[in-house]
Amino acid sequence: MHDALQGGGQKAIEKQVAMGKMTARERILALLDPDSFHEYDLFVEHAGKDFDMDKKYLPGDGVITGTGTVMGQPVCIYAQDFTVAGGSLGYMHAKKITKIMDHAMKLKVPIIGINDSGGARIQEGVNSLAGYGEIFWRNTVASGVIPQISVILGPCAGGAVYSPALTDFVFITGPEVIKTVLGEEISMEDLGGARVHAETTGNAHFFAESEIECFAQIKKLFEFIPWNNTRKAKSFPAKQPKTRTYKIDEIFPTDARKPYDIRDIIRALVDSSEFFEVMELFAANIVIGFARINGETVGIIANQPLVLAGVLDCDSSDKAARFVRYCDAFLIPLLTLVDLPGYLPGIDQEHAGVIRHGAKLLYAYSEATVPKITLILRKAYGGGYIAMSSSHLRADFVIAWPTAEIAVMGPEGAANIIFKAEIQAAENPDEVRKKKVAEYKKKFANPYVAAAYGHVDAVIEAGETRKFIIHALEIAASKSVMVPEKKHGIPPF
Amino acid sequence: MIIMSKRKTEKLKIADVKYDDVPDYVTFVVHTAKYRTLVTKKYLNRKLWEKKEPGHIFATIPGLIHKIYVKKDAKVKKGQLLIELEAMKMYNKLLAPIDGVVKEIVVEDKQKVSKNHLLMVIE
Repeated sequence: MHDALQGGGQKAIEKQVAMGKMTARERILALLDPDSFHEYDLFVEHAGKDFDMDKKYLPGDGVITGTGTVMGQPVCIYAQDFTVAGGSLGYMHAKKITKIMDHAMKLKVPIIGINDSGGARIQEGVNSLAGYGEIFWRNTVASGVIPQISVILGPCAGGAVYSPALTDFVFITGPEVIKTVLGEEISMEDLGGARVHAETTGNAHFFAESEIECFAQIKKLFEFIPWNNTRKAKSFPAKQPKTRTYKIDEIFPTDARKPYDIRDIIRALVDSSEFFEVMELFAANIVIGFARINGETVGIIANQPLVLAGVLDCDSSDKAARFVRYCDAFLIPLLTLVDLPGYLPGIDQEHAGVIRHGAKLLYAYSEATVPKITLILRKAYGGGYIAMSSSHLRADFVIAWPTAEIAVMGPEGAANIIFKAEIQAAENPDEVRKKKVAEYKKKFANPYVAAAYGHVDAVIEAGETRKFIIHALEIAASKSVMVPEKKHGIPPF
Repeated sequence: MIIMSKRKTEKLKIADVKYDDVPDYVTFVVHTAKYRTLVTKKYLNRKLWEKKEPGHIFATIPGLIHKIYVKKDAKVKKGQLLIELEAMKMYNKLLAPIDGVVKEIVVEDKQKVSKNHLLMVIE
């Protein structure tokens, strides 16, 4: 038993520590509540028969599994042990993981996987591939039933990457993640370092400089999400936002072309001004994350005028759509803050498939049946207006500030099209254009046209917003929606 | 990543600051409207679209030039085999997209190439 608890032995542990990494056992103990870890399958031995593997002893077959609690919430957990055969995945290693995943599904509690592995155990051949396949299948079946969290604290390459990719949230730290491919000269860090995955590819949701910081992020996440898809996230005592620091009229410029940080507006509306941002570094032109309003968790999706003017593009649509589906699956109400000039035009976006990606957001919002509250702050132009949880996609409450501009496009563009003939025929086209822009602005750059048709439910002052949202959440608590019977929809993946 | 320091976010607490004083802000045009905003590194590094010449042969996949089947100045017909590119355990055949003459062969046998590397020019 002592041997099994030691993992790969003194030398391998020293090597792990020298890389600035914790051992698998230390990681589990650091993440779970004190004294809560109960280990399973400590005495499992590997099943390799060829290449003299039968003469080798691999403690726990390179993975530690068990149950415990995080912030008092029960979880199933596994951690690959890099000190044992490089954390390589063999048949019994995979069996231990799939057993704890089945356990999590049966008990309806979250599963946390800590990845630190060189990949498939080549000596075990197709059996190690079988192991990966069994894990992927369980990830897919468990999706939307129990929260699945992947933590990448070391190498995760080849087939192994697809398990985290199938899970709900991926936490990442450390430089070395994905191996280079033939013919492309690029350093490990530039190709697939932690930062690249958090910033450019969008594969990771949370980036941390250290393992301790990473565990703190996971614990924070557990404050906001429920155990499974049948219960609601934990309630907390309601707390007022810090409105002395976050004064809306000081943060919010009324001129639609001026930027501001939407996260400050969010902080002005939510409990304790505490906003837990998800995917902070990827597609920063949209902001997603969790907060509480009146003590209850809400998922927030907000355009960020500070970055790329807050446009919707391929990446930001993907990011927001997946988050909407997560919240919908786990009964978390959605609050959408709208201030965007539309979808980003241009050849590179068109070629990257902005239509297909943009459609994901429409699909996700339309499909979501949790309470949906939409607040339009300033611009809501064109397709972007529709996509950002408009009443047409069945938002339950659409409110607008008096500064809202709901229109097919911005006043300049619209005036150029509508009054094209008049402008061209004029002696002084620039002057006429200016006049027409002002005319259009006065008539349409406001929320009242939309409100006159009932597309917007109410126009309210900024100071009334939190009160309205609290009321909306309260009366929407028992919302129910009939969904036509189907096997599943076909979202524009 | 957003090109933004902590110092600058603090500045944004005050509405209507002189945004032109913050050097990282750029004017960003969406349709015809102009906005002051930050841009992401990914946006700055994006590959701009360029029109490709029909006679330029590019590597369709990163790999190794296995064999070049034509010589410089040779006449080629559309669909003729030009190069075999070894990648992902396969000899991938690159065929002539147009009738013409081999103007230039940029690569040589056994050379490693990345994706979209120019291999040959046909006119």
